[in-house]
Amino acid sequence: MKVLVWVEEGTWPACVDAARDLSDDITLLHVVDEATVAAMSGPVGLLGRSGGGGDPEFLLAEAERTLIDEAVARLGREVPREVRRGRPEREVVAACADVDLLVLARNGDRSRLGPRSLAHHTRFVVDHAPCQVLLVWPEATPGLGTIPPPPHHDRTR
Amino acid sequence: MSTAVSLLLLVAVLGFAVVRPRGLPEAVGAVPAALIAVVAGLVPWRDALHELASLGPTVGFLAAVLLLAYLADEAGVFRFAGSVAARWSRGSPRRLLGLVFVIASAVTAALSLDATVVLLTPVVFATASALAVRPKPHVYACNHLANSASLLLPVSNLTNLLAMSAAGLSFLSFAGLMALPWLAVIGVEYLILRRFFADDLGTPPHRPDVEAVRAPRYALTVLGLTLAGFAAASPIGVHPAWVALAGALALAVRLRIGVPTLVRKANPGFCVFVFALGIVVLGVSRGGFGTLVDRVAPQHADLLGLLAMAGLAAVLANVLNNLPATLMLLPFAAHSPGLVLAVLLGANIGPNLTYVGSLATLLWRQILHKSGHPPVTGEFLRLGALTVPACLVVGVASLWVSLRVSGL
Repeated sequence: MKVLVWVEEGTWPACVDAARDLSDDITLLHVVDEATVAAMSGPVGLLGRSGGGGDPEFLLAEAERTLIDEAVARLGREVPREVRRGRPEREVVAACADVDLLVLARNGDRSRLGPRSLAHHTRFVVDHAPCQVLLVWPEATPGLGTIPPPPHHDRTR
Repeated sequence: MSTAVSLLLLVAVLGFAVVRPRGLPEAVGAVPAALIAVVAGLVPWRDALHELASLGPTVGFLAAVLLLAYLADEAGVFRFAGSVAARWSRGSPRRLLGLVFVIASAVTAALSLDATVVLLTPVVFATASALAVRPKPHVYACNHLANSASLLLPVSNLTNLLAMSAAGLSFLSFAGLMALPWLAVIGVEYLILRRFFADDLGTPPHRPDVEAVRAPRYALTVLGLTLAGFAAASPIGVHPAWVALAGALALAVRLRIGVPTLVRKANPGFCVFVFALGIVVLGVSRGGFGTLVDRVAPQHADLLGLLAMAGLAAVLANVLNNLPATLMLLPFAAHSPGLVLAVLLGANIGPNLTYVGSLATLLWRQILHKSGHPPVTGEFLRLGALTVPACLVVGVASLWVSLRVSGL
Protein backbone atom coordinates (compact mmCIF):
# COMPACT_ATOMS: atom_id res chain seq x y z
CA MET A 1 0.00 0.00 0.00
CA LYS A 2 1.36 3.39 -1.05
CA VAL A 3 1.04 5.89 1.78
CA LEU A 4 1.56 9.63 1.48
CA VAL A 5 2.10 11.64 4.68
CA TRP A 6 1.44 15.39 4.51
CA VAL A 7 4.08 16.98 6.72
CA GLU A 8 2.91 20.37 8.02
CA GLU A 9 4.65 22.57 10.60
CA GLY A 10 3.23 22.06 14.07
CA THR A 11 1.10 18.99 13.37
CA TRP A 12 3.37 16.51 11.53
CA PRO A 13 4.53 14.32 14.45
CA ALA A 14 1.08 12.75 14.91
CA CYS A 15 0.87 11.97 11.16
CA VAL A 16 4.30 10.28 11.14
CA ASP A 17 3.41 8.24 14.22
CA ALA A 18 0.11 7.14 12.67
CA ALA A 19 1.73 6.11 9.38
CA ARG A 20 4.81 4.32 10.78
CA ASP A 21 3.38 0.78 10.94
CA LEU A 22 0.83 1.06 8.13
CA SER A 23 3.14 0.23 5.23
CA ASP A 24 6.73 -0.09 4.02
CA ASP A 25 5.95 2.24 1.13
CA ILE A 26 5.72 5.70 2.75
CA THR A 27 6.44 9.06 1.09
CA LEU A 28 6.72 12.32 3.06
CA LEU A 29 5.21 15.36 1.34
CA HIS A 30 5.84 19.01 2.23
CA VAL A 31 4.33 21.98 0.41
CA VAL A 32 5.70 25.51 0.62
CA ASP A 33 2.73 27.83 0.48
CA GLU A 34 3.14 30.30 -2.37
CA ALA A 35 1.55 32.99 -0.16
CA THR A 36 4.48 32.60 2.26
CA VAL A 37 6.92 32.95 -0.63
CA ALA A 38 5.06 36.10 -1.65
CA ALA A 39 5.16 37.58 1.84
CA MET A 40 8.86 36.76 2.14
CA SER A 41 9.84 38.30 -1.17
CA GLY A 42 7.07 40.83 -1.03
CA PRO A 43 7.80 44.00 0.80
CA VAL A 44 11.11 44.69 -0.78
CA GLY A 45 12.61 47.55 1.21
CA LEU A 46 12.63 51.16 0.25
CA LEU A 47 15.49 50.49 -2.05
CA GLY A 48 14.28 47.45 -3.87
CA ARG A 49 16.69 45.31 -1.92
CA SER A 50 15.74 41.80 -1.01
CA GLY A 51 16.23 40.40 2.46
CA GLY A 52 19.68 40.69 3.93
CA GLY A 53 19.32 37.11 5.17
CA GLY A 54 19.49 35.90 1.58
CA ASP A 55 17.10 34.77 -1.06
CA PRO A 56 13.65 33.86 0.34
CA GLU A 57 13.58 30.73 -1.82
CA PHE A 58 16.85 29.61 -0.26
CA LEU A 59 15.58 30.28 3.27
CA LEU A 60 12.35 28.39 2.58
CA ALA A 61 14.16 25.43 1.02
CA GLU A 62 16.55 25.21 3.95
CA ALA A 63 13.72 25.29 6.50
CA GLU A 64 11.85 22.66 4.49
CA ARG A 65 14.88 20.34 4.41
CA THR A 66 15.31 20.64 8.18
CA LEU A 67 11.63 19.88 8.77
CA ILE A 68 11.61 16.76 6.57
CA ASP A 69 14.89 15.56 8.12
CA GLU A 70 13.20 15.72 11.52
CA ALA A 71 10.18 13.83 10.19
CA VAL A 72 12.43 11.10 8.72
CA ALA A 73 14.30 10.83 12.02
CA ARG A 74 11.01 10.41 13.90
CA LEU A 75 9.81 7.78 11.40
CA GLY A 76 13.00 5.86 12.05
CA ARG A 77 13.83 4.94 8.45
CA GLU A 78 14.82 6.71 5.24
CA VAL A 79 11.83 7.17 2.92
CA PRO A 80 11.20 9.06 -0.34
CA ARG A 81 10.51 12.79 0.02
CA GLU A 82 8.36 14.96 -2.19
CA VAL A 83 8.48 18.77 -2.06
CA ARG A 84 6.12 21.06 -3.89
CA ARG A 85 5.45 24.81 -4.27
CA GLY A 86 2.03 26.38 -4.75
CA ARG A 87 -1.37 26.39 -3.10
CA PRO A 88 -1.05 23.69 -0.44
CA GLU A 89 -4.56 22.25 -0.86
CA ARG A 90 -4.19 21.90 -4.66
CA GLU A 91 -0.67 20.50 -4.46
CA VAL A 92 -1.59 17.85 -1.87
CA VAL A 93 -4.58 16.67 -3.91
CA ALA A 94 -2.37 16.51 -7.03
CA ALA A 95 0.25 14.51 -5.12
CA CYS A 96 -2.44 11.94 -4.19
CA ALA A 97 -2.92 10.92 -7.83
CA ASP A 98 -1.20 7.53 -7.49
CA VAL A 99 -1.29 6.75 -3.78
CA ASP A 100 -3.63 4.49 -1.82
CA LEU A 101 -3.76 6.42 1.45
CA LEU A 102 -3.16 10.01 2.51
CA VAL A 103 -2.34 10.72 6.16
CA LEU A 104 -2.99 14.27 7.37
CA ALA A 105 -3.75 16.11 10.60
CA ARG A 106 -6.65 18.22 11.75
CA ASN A 107 -5.39 21.76 12.12
CA GLY A 108 -8.34 23.92 13.10
CA ASP A 109 -10.03 24.32 16.49
CA ARG A 110 -8.77 21.31 18.46
CA SER A 111 -10.65 22.10 21.66
CA ARG A 112 -13.86 20.37 20.54
CA LEU A 113 -15.17 17.75 18.13
CA GLY A 114 -16.79 19.22 15.06
CA PRO A 115 -16.36 20.78 11.63
CA ARG A 116 -14.17 23.64 12.87
CA SER A 117 -11.40 21.17 13.66
CA LEU A 118 -10.66 21.17 9.91
CA ALA A 119 -9.05 24.33 8.59
CA HIS A 120 -9.93 25.60 5.13
CA HIS A 121 -6.99 23.96 3.30
CA THR A 122 -7.44 20.63 5.08
CA ARG A 123 -11.15 20.55 4.34
CA PHE A 124 -10.45 21.04 0.63
CA VAL A 125 -8.00 18.12 0.68
CA VAL A 126 -10.40 15.83 2.55
CA ASP A 127 -13.22 16.74 0.15
CA HIS A 128 -11.17 16.23 -3.01
CA ALA A 129 -8.55 13.56 -2.27
CA PRO A 130 -8.72 10.77 -4.90
CA CYS A 131 -7.70 8.11 -2.35
CA GLN A 132 -8.40 6.86 1.17
CA VAL A 133 -7.78 9.44 3.88
CA LEU A 134 -6.55 8.94 7.42
CA LEU A 135 -7.32 12.06 9.47
CA VAL A 136 -5.47 12.23 12.78
CA TRP A 137 -5.72 14.54 15.80
CA PRO A 138 -2.35 16.21 16.41
CA GLU A 139 -2.81 15.93 20.19
CA ALA A 140 -5.26 14.20 22.51
CA THR A 141 -8.74 13.87 21.03
CA PRO A 142 -11.41 16.05 22.66
CA GLY A 143 -14.08 14.11 24.57
CA LEU A 144 -17.58 13.36 23.30
CA GLY A 145 -18.85 15.95 25.78
CA THR A 146 -17.55 18.70 23.53
CA ILE A 147 -20.35 18.07 21.01
CA PRO A 148 -23.13 20.62 21.55
CA PRO A 149 -26.56 19.16 22.42
CA PRO A 150 -28.99 18.69 19.51
CA PRO A 151 -31.33 21.62 18.70
CA HIS A 152 -34.28 22.07 21.07
CA HIS A 153 -37.02 20.87 18.66
CA ASP A 154 -35.20 17.56 18.07
CA ARG A 155 -35.10 16.88 21.81
CA THR A 156 -38.83 17.46 22.32
CA ARG A 157 -39.89 15.22 19.47
CA MET B 1 -0.15 69.78 -22.42
CA SER B 2 2.31 70.50 -19.61
CA THR B 3 0.12 68.46 -17.25
CA ALA B 4 0.29 65.48 -19.58
CA VAL B 5 4.07 65.79 -19.98
CA SER B 6 4.68 66.06 -16.22
CA LEU B 7 2.46 63.05 -15.48
CA LEU B 8 4.18 61.11 -18.25
CA LEU B 9 7.56 61.90 -16.69
CA LEU B 10 6.36 60.71 -13.27
CA VAL B 11 4.99 57.47 -14.72
CA ALA B 12 8.26 56.94 -16.59
CA VAL B 13 10.30 57.48 -13.40
CA LEU B 14 8.17 55.04 -11.39
CA GLY B 15 8.06 52.57 -14.27
CA PHE B 16 11.84 52.62 -14.53
CA ALA B 17 12.13 52.06 -10.77
CA VAL B 18 9.88 49.01 -11.11
CA VAL B 19 11.46 47.43 -14.15
CA ARG B 20 15.08 48.44 -13.37
CA PRO B 21 16.32 47.39 -16.83
CA ARG B 22 19.64 45.51 -16.56
CA GLY B 23 19.55 46.16 -12.81
CA LEU B 24 20.36 49.85 -13.31
CA PRO B 25 19.69 52.02 -10.24
CA GLU B 26 16.42 54.00 -10.05
CA ALA B 27 18.32 57.26 -10.37
CA VAL B 28 19.29 56.45 -13.97
CA GLY B 29 15.66 56.96 -14.96
CA ALA B 30 14.82 59.73 -12.49
CA VAL B 31 17.71 62.17 -13.07
CA PRO B 32 17.12 62.65 -16.84
CA ALA B 33 13.37 63.03 -16.13
CA ALA B 34 14.12 65.77 -13.57
CA LEU B 35 16.40 67.53 -16.09
CA ILE B 36 13.68 67.34 -18.77
CA ALA B 37 11.17 68.84 -16.28
CA VAL B 38 13.51 71.80 -15.72
CA VAL B 39 14.61 72.26 -19.36
CA ALA B 40 11.02 72.02 -20.63
CA GLY B 41 10.02 74.76 -18.20
CA LEU B 42 7.66 72.57 -16.15
CA VAL B 43 9.72 73.51 -13.07
CA PRO B 44 11.61 76.83 -13.03
CA TRP B 45 15.25 76.15 -12.16
CA ARG B 46 15.07 78.39 -9.07
CA ASP B 47 12.20 76.26 -7.74
CA ALA B 48 14.15 73.12 -8.57
CA LEU B 49 17.15 74.35 -6.59
CA HIS B 50 14.87 75.32 -3.70
CA GLU B 51 13.35 71.82 -3.75
CA LEU B 52 16.83 70.24 -3.65
CA ALA B 53 17.85 72.48 -0.75
CA SER B 54 14.73 71.64 1.25
CA LEU B 55 15.07 67.89 0.56
CA GLY B 56 18.78 67.85 1.47
CA PRO B 57 18.61 67.36 5.25
CA THR B 58 15.78 64.84 4.87
CA VAL B 59 17.70 62.71 2.39
CA GLY B 60 20.84 62.95 4.52
CA PHE B 61 18.81 61.73 7.49
CA LEU B 62 17.49 58.79 5.46
CA ALA B 63 21.00 57.77 4.42
CA ALA B 64 22.23 57.91 8.02
CA VAL B 65 19.30 55.84 9.32
CA LEU B 66 19.81 53.18 6.63
CA LEU B 67 23.44 53.00 7.64
CA LEU B 68 22.49 52.75 11.33
CA ALA B 69 20.13 49.84 10.61
CA TYR B 70 22.76 47.99 8.56
CA LEU B 71 25.35 48.38 11.34
CA ALA B 72 22.85 47.29 14.01
CA ASP B 73 22.34 44.11 12.00
CA GLU B 74 26.11 43.57 11.69
CA ALA B 75 26.38 43.96 15.47
CA GLY B 76 23.82 41.16 15.94
CA VAL B 77 20.87 43.23 17.18
CA PHE B 78 18.34 41.44 14.96
CA ARG B 79 19.70 37.97 15.70
CA PHE B 80 19.41 38.81 19.41
CA ALA B 81 15.79 39.96 18.92
CA GLY B 82 15.01 36.67 17.16
CA SER B 83 16.48 34.59 19.96
CA VAL B 84 14.58 36.56 22.60
CA ALA B 85 11.33 36.02 20.67
CA ALA B 86 12.09 32.30 20.37
CA ARG B 87 12.75 31.87 24.09
CA TRP B 88 9.89 34.02 25.38
CA SER B 89 7.35 32.45 23.01
CA ARG B 90 7.96 29.03 24.63
CA GLY B 91 7.09 27.44 21.28
CA SER B 92 3.58 28.91 21.11
CA PRO B 93 2.72 30.39 17.68
CA ARG B 94 0.27 32.86 19.26
CA ARG B 95 2.79 34.13 21.79
CA LEU B 96 5.39 34.38 19.03
CA LEU B 97 3.03 36.54 16.96
CA GLY B 98 2.64 38.93 19.90
CA LEU B 99 6.42 39.17 20.27
CA VAL B 100 6.90 39.67 16.53
CA PHE B 101 4.39 42.53 16.71
CA VAL B 102 6.33 44.19 19.53
CA ILE B 103 9.73 43.73 17.85
CA ALA B 104 8.61 44.67 14.32
CA SER B 105 6.77 47.77 15.59
CA ALA B 106 9.82 48.90 17.57
CA VAL B 107 12.26 48.22 14.71
CA THR B 108 10.04 49.98 12.17
CA ALA B 109 9.57 52.99 14.42
CA ALA B 110 13.22 53.37 15.43
CA LEU B 111 15.13 52.19 12.36
CA SER B 112 12.63 52.73 9.49
CA LEU B 113 10.48 50.34 7.53
CA ASP B 114 13.44 49.33 5.42
CA ALA B 115 15.11 47.71 8.44
CA THR B 116 11.99 45.64 9.13
CA VAL B 117 11.65 44.51 5.54
CA VAL B 118 15.25 43.84 4.70
CA LEU B 119 16.82 42.86 8.01
CA LEU B 120 14.11 41.67 10.39
CA THR B 121 11.86 39.56 8.13
CA PRO B 122 14.51 36.88 7.41
CA VAL B 123 15.27 36.66 11.15
CA VAL B 124 11.57 36.26 12.00
CA PHE B 125 11.25 33.53 9.37
CA ALA B 126 14.26 31.71 10.78
CA THR B 127 12.86 32.01 14.32
CA ALA B 128 9.48 30.59 13.26
CA SER B 129 11.20 27.71 11.44
CA ALA B 130 13.41 26.92 14.43
CA LEU B 131 10.30 26.69 16.61
CA ALA B 132 8.57 24.49 14.01
CA VAL B 133 5.61 26.88 13.79
CA ARG B 134 4.03 27.96 10.52
CA PRO B 135 5.95 31.00 9.30
CA LYS B 136 3.19 32.64 7.26
CA PRO B 137 1.41 34.73 9.95
CA HIS B 138 4.71 36.01 11.33
CA VAL B 139 6.12 36.95 7.94
CA TYR B 140 2.86 38.71 7.04
CA ALA B 141 3.02 40.59 10.34
CA CYS B 142 6.46 42.00 9.38
CA ASN B 143 5.17 42.75 5.90
CA HIS B 144 2.18 44.74 7.19
CA LEU B 145 3.88 46.43 10.13
CA ALA B 146 6.67 47.74 7.91
CA ASN B 147 4.01 50.07 6.56
CA SER B 148 1.43 50.56 9.29
CA ALA B 149 3.86 50.74 12.23
CA SER B 150 5.90 53.43 10.49
CA LEU B 151 3.73 56.23 11.96
CA LEU B 152 5.48 56.97 15.24
CA LEU B 153 8.71 58.85 14.56
CA PRO B 154 9.98 61.03 11.74
CA VAL B 155 12.71 58.42 11.11
CA SER B 156 10.26 55.55 10.66
CA ASN B 157 9.47 56.31 7.04
CA LEU B 158 10.77 58.56 4.30
CA THR B 159 7.26 60.01 3.99
CA ASN B 160 7.46 61.15 7.65
CA LEU B 161 10.83 62.81 7.08
CA LEU B 162 9.35 64.75 4.18
CA ALA B 163 6.31 65.75 6.23
CA MET B 164 8.17 66.83 9.36
CA SER B 165 9.84 69.73 7.60
CA ALA B 166 6.63 70.62 5.73
CA ALA B 167 4.53 70.77 8.91
CA GLY B 168 7.14 72.57 10.97
CA LEU B 169 6.76 69.97 13.72
CA SER B 170 9.65 69.12 16.05
CA PHE B 171 10.75 65.51 16.53
CA LEU B 172 9.04 65.29 19.91
CA SER B 173 5.76 66.96 18.93
CA PHE B 174 5.54 64.65 15.89
CA ALA B 175 6.04 61.59 18.11
CA GLY B 176 3.63 62.91 20.73
CA LEU B 177 0.81 63.42 18.23
CA MET B 178 1.43 60.11 16.46
CA ALA B 179 1.84 57.87 19.54
CA LEU B 180 -1.87 57.16 19.99
CA PRO B 181 -2.61 56.53 16.26
CA TRP B 182 0.48 54.28 16.10
CA LEU B 183 -0.66 52.16 19.04
CA ALA B 184 -4.27 52.02 17.83
CA VAL B 185 -3.31 50.97 14.29
CA ILE B 186 -0.95 48.26 15.56
CA GLY B 187 -3.75 47.00 17.82
CA VAL B 188 -6.17 46.76 14.88
CA GLU B 189 -3.56 44.94 12.77
CA TYR B 190 -2.96 42.49 15.60
CA LEU B 191 -6.64 41.67 16.11
CA ILE B 192 -7.24 41.16 12.39
CA LEU B 193 -4.12 39.05 11.82
CA ARG B 194 -4.91 36.89 14.87
CA ARG B 195 -8.32 36.11 13.37
CA PHE B 196 -7.19 35.85 9.76
CA PHE B 197 -4.48 33.30 10.57
CA ALA B 198 -6.30 31.58 13.47
CA ASP B 199 -5.76 28.10 12.00
CA ASP B 200 -2.04 28.56 11.37
CA LEU B 201 -1.62 30.02 14.87
CA GLY B 202 -3.60 27.20 16.50
CA THR B 203 -1.00 24.45 16.09
CA PRO B 204 0.25 22.76 19.28
CA PRO B 205 3.34 24.41 20.82
CA HIS B 206 6.63 22.50 20.67
CA ARG B 207 9.55 23.53 22.80
CA PRO B 208 12.74 22.86 20.89
CA ASP B 209 16.02 23.95 22.46
CA VAL B 210 16.81 27.46 21.31
CA GLU B 211 20.34 28.72 21.61
CA ALA B 212 20.57 31.86 23.71
CA VAL B 213 22.30 34.72 21.88
CA ARG B 214 24.39 37.12 23.97
CA ALA B 215 22.92 40.61 24.08
CA PRO B 216 24.93 43.02 21.88
CA ARG B 217 25.13 45.52 24.75
CA TYR B 218 27.31 48.10 23.04
CA ALA B 219 25.09 48.26 19.93
CA LEU B 220 21.88 48.39 21.99
CA THR B 221 23.32 51.21 24.10
CA VAL B 222 24.33 53.18 21.01
CA LEU B 223 20.86 52.71 19.50
CA GLY B 224 19.22 53.83 22.77
CA LEU B 225 21.43 56.91 22.99
CA THR B 226 20.80 57.71 19.32
CA LEU B 227 17.03 57.60 19.86
CA ALA B 228 17.33 59.81 22.91
CA GLY B 229 19.60 62.06 20.85
CA PHE B 230 16.92 62.48 18.17
CA ALA B 231 14.55 63.84 20.78
CA ALA B 232 17.17 66.02 22.46
CA ALA B 233 18.67 67.44 19.25
CA SER B 234 15.53 69.09 17.89
CA PRO B 235 15.02 71.71 20.66
CA ILE B 236 18.66 72.81 20.50
CA GLY B 237 18.54 73.25 16.73
CA VAL B 238 20.71 70.27 15.74
CA HIS B 239 19.26 68.32 12.81
CA PRO B 240 18.59 64.68 13.81
CA ALA B 241 20.55 63.55 10.73
CA TRP B 242 23.77 64.44 12.60
CA VAL B 243 22.65 62.33 15.58
CA ALA B 244 21.95 59.35 13.31
CA LEU B 245 25.35 59.81 11.67
CA ALA B 246 27.08 59.96 15.07
CA GLY B 247 25.31 56.74 16.13
CA ALA B 248 26.31 55.03 12.88
CA LEU B 249 29.94 56.10 13.26
CA ALA B 250 30.02 54.89 16.87
CA LEU B 251 28.95 51.44 15.64
CA ALA B 252 31.20 51.50 12.56
CA VAL B 253 34.34 52.23 14.62
CA ARG B 254 33.55 49.38 17.01
CA LEU B 255 32.79 46.95 14.17
CA ARG B 256 35.80 48.17 12.15
CA ILE B 257 33.82 48.70 8.98
CA GLY B 258 35.62 50.52 6.18
CA VAL B 259 34.53 53.78 4.58
CA PRO B 260 33.75 52.27 1.12
CA THR B 261 31.26 49.84 2.72
CA LEU B 262 29.70 52.64 4.77
CA VAL B 263 29.21 54.79 1.67
CA ARG B 264 27.71 51.86 -0.23
CA LYS B 265 25.31 50.99 2.59
CA ALA B 266 24.08 54.60 2.81
CA ASN B 267 22.68 54.03 -0.69
CA PRO B 268 23.75 57.24 -2.45
CA GLY B 269 21.98 56.04 -5.62
CA PHE B 270 18.62 55.97 -3.87
CA CYS B 271 19.24 59.36 -2.30
CA VAL B 272 19.82 60.86 -5.77
CA PHE B 273 16.60 59.17 -6.87
CA VAL B 274 14.65 60.91 -4.07
CA PHE B 275 16.06 64.31 -5.11
CA ALA B 276 15.11 63.75 -8.75
CA LEU B 277 11.67 62.39 -7.82
CA GLY B 278 11.05 65.56 -5.77
CA ILE B 279 11.61 67.73 -8.84
CA VAL B 280 9.47 65.53 -11.11
CA VAL B 281 6.61 65.60 -8.57
CA LEU B 282 6.96 69.39 -8.28
CA GLY B 283 6.30 69.55 -12.04
CA VAL B 284 3.13 67.47 -11.59
CA SER B 285 1.93 69.60 -8.65
CA ARG B 286 2.40 72.83 -10.61
CA GLY B 287 0.27 71.55 -13.50
CA GLY B 288 -3.44 70.79 -13.89
CA PHE B 289 -3.23 67.65 -11.77
CA GLY B 290 -2.09 69.75 -8.81
CA THR B 291 -5.02 72.11 -9.31
CA LEU B 292 -7.37 69.11 -9.28
CA VAL B 293 -5.82 67.80 -6.03
CA ASP B 294 -6.08 71.28 -4.53
CA ARG B 295 -9.82 71.33 -5.32
CA VAL B 296 -10.58 68.02 -3.64
CA ALA B 297 -8.17 68.34 -0.71
CA PRO B 298 -9.90 69.27 2.55
CA GLN B 299 -8.98 72.60 4.19
CA HIS B 300 -9.70 72.01 7.89
CA ALA B 301 -8.36 69.51 10.38
CA ASP B 302 -11.75 68.52 11.80
CA LEU B 303 -12.66 64.83 12.00
CA LEU B 304 -14.17 64.76 8.50
CA GLY B 305 -11.29 66.77 7.04
CA LEU B 306 -8.73 64.41 8.55
CA LEU B 307 -10.62 61.37 7.28
CA ALA B 308 -10.94 62.86 3.78
CA MET B 309 -7.23 63.75 3.69
CA ALA B 310 -6.13 60.31 4.89
CA GLY B 311 -8.47 58.68 2.37
CA LEU B 312 -7.19 60.89 -0.44
CA ALA B 313 -3.58 60.07 0.49
CA ALA B 314 -4.35 56.34 0.60
CA VAL B 315 -6.00 56.50 -2.83
CA LEU B 316 -3.15 58.54 -4.34
CA ALA B 317 -0.60 56.24 -2.71
CA ASN B 318 -2.25 53.29 -4.37
CA VAL B 319 -2.66 55.03 -7.73
CA LEU B 320 0.71 56.74 -7.94
CA ASN B 321 2.88 55.36 -5.17
CA ASN B 322 3.27 56.61 -1.61
CA LEU B 323 6.37 58.77 -2.06
CA PRO B 324 5.01 60.93 -4.89
CA ALA B 325 1.60 60.95 -3.19
CA THR B 326 3.18 62.45 -0.05
CA LEU B 327 5.27 64.96 -2.00
CA MET B 328 2.18 66.03 -3.94
CA LEU B 329 -0.22 66.39 -1.01
CA LEU B 330 2.12 68.12 1.45
CA PRO B 331 1.89 71.60 -0.12
CA PHE B 332 -1.91 71.45 0.17
CA ALA B 333 -1.78 70.34 3.80
CA ALA B 334 1.20 72.36 5.05
CA HIS B 335 -1.01 75.06 6.61
CA SER B 336 -2.22 72.55 9.22
CA PRO B 337 -0.06 70.02 11.14
CA GLY B 338 -3.17 67.87 11.64
CA LEU B 339 -3.76 67.56 7.90
CA VAL B 340 -0.07 66.76 7.30
CA LEU B 341 -0.27 63.89 9.79
CA ALA B 342 -3.51 62.70 8.14
CA VAL B 343 -1.62 62.56 4.83
CA LEU B 344 0.91 60.30 6.54
CA LEU B 345 -1.79 57.99 7.89
CA GLY B 346 -3.03 57.47 4.34
CA ALA B 347 0.40 57.25 2.75
CA ASN B 348 1.85 54.85 5.33
CA ILE B 349 -1.14 52.56 5.92
CA GLY B 350 -2.48 52.66 2.34
CA PRO B 351 0.34 50.63 0.77
CA ASN B 352 -0.91 47.48 2.50
CA LEU B 353 -3.93 47.54 0.20
CA THR B 354 -2.39 46.70 -3.16
CA TYR B 355 0.86 45.93 -4.82
CA VAL B 356 1.17 49.40 -6.25
CA GLY B 357 0.79 51.06 -2.88
CA SER B 358 4.44 51.88 -2.49
CA LEU B 359 7.78 51.64 -4.10
CA ALA B 360 8.34 48.56 -2.00
CA THR B 361 5.30 46.68 -3.23
CA LEU B 362 5.82 47.84 -6.78
CA LEU B 363 9.24 46.27 -6.73
CA TRP B 364 7.84 43.13 -5.19
CA ARG B 365 5.96 42.26 -8.35
CA GLN B 366 9.07 42.59 -10.35
CA ILE B 367 11.08 40.40 -7.99
CA LEU B 368 8.40 37.70 -8.00
CA HIS B 369 8.22 37.89 -11.73
CA LYS B 370 11.98 37.55 -11.96
CA SER B 371 12.15 34.48 -9.79
CA GLY B 372 9.56 32.80 -11.97
CA HIS B 373 6.71 33.10 -9.47
CA PRO B 374 3.40 34.43 -10.62
CA PRO B 375 2.49 37.23 -8.23
CA VAL B 376 0.24 35.85 -5.53
CA THR B 377 -2.61 38.20 -4.98
CA GLY B 378 -5.52 36.47 -3.26
CA GLU B 379 -4.40 36.28 0.34
CA PHE B 380 -2.43 39.54 0.28
CA LEU B 381 -5.35 41.46 -1.18
CA ARG B 382 -7.92 39.92 1.18
CA LEU B 383 -5.81 40.80 4.20
CA GLY B 384 -5.22 44.32 2.86
CA ALA B 385 -8.92 44.84 2.22
CA LEU B 386 -9.62 43.89 5.84
CA THR B 387 -6.86 45.83 7.57
CA VAL B 388 -6.43 49.06 5.60
CA PRO B 389 -9.93 50.57 5.96
CA ALA B 390 -10.11 49.56 9.64
CA CYS B 391 -6.62 50.94 10.40
CA LEU B 392 -7.37 54.19 8.55
CA VAL B 393 -10.59 54.86 10.46
CA VAL B 394 -9.10 53.97 13.85
CA GLY B 395 -5.89 55.87 13.05
CA VAL B 396 -7.75 59.03 12.02
CA ALA B 397 -10.01 58.91 15.08
CA SER B 398 -6.96 58.55 17.35
CA LEU B 399 -5.18 61.40 15.57
CA TRP B 400 -8.25 63.59 16.07
CA VAL B 401 -8.15 62.79 19.81
CA SER B 402 -4.40 63.56 19.94
CA LEU B 403 -4.92 66.90 18.20
CA ARG B 404 -7.80 67.85 20.55
CA VAL B 405 -5.76 66.95 23.64
CA SER B 406 -2.71 68.89 22.43
CA GLY B 407 -4.87 71.86 21.41
CA LEU B 408 -3.42 72.01 17.85
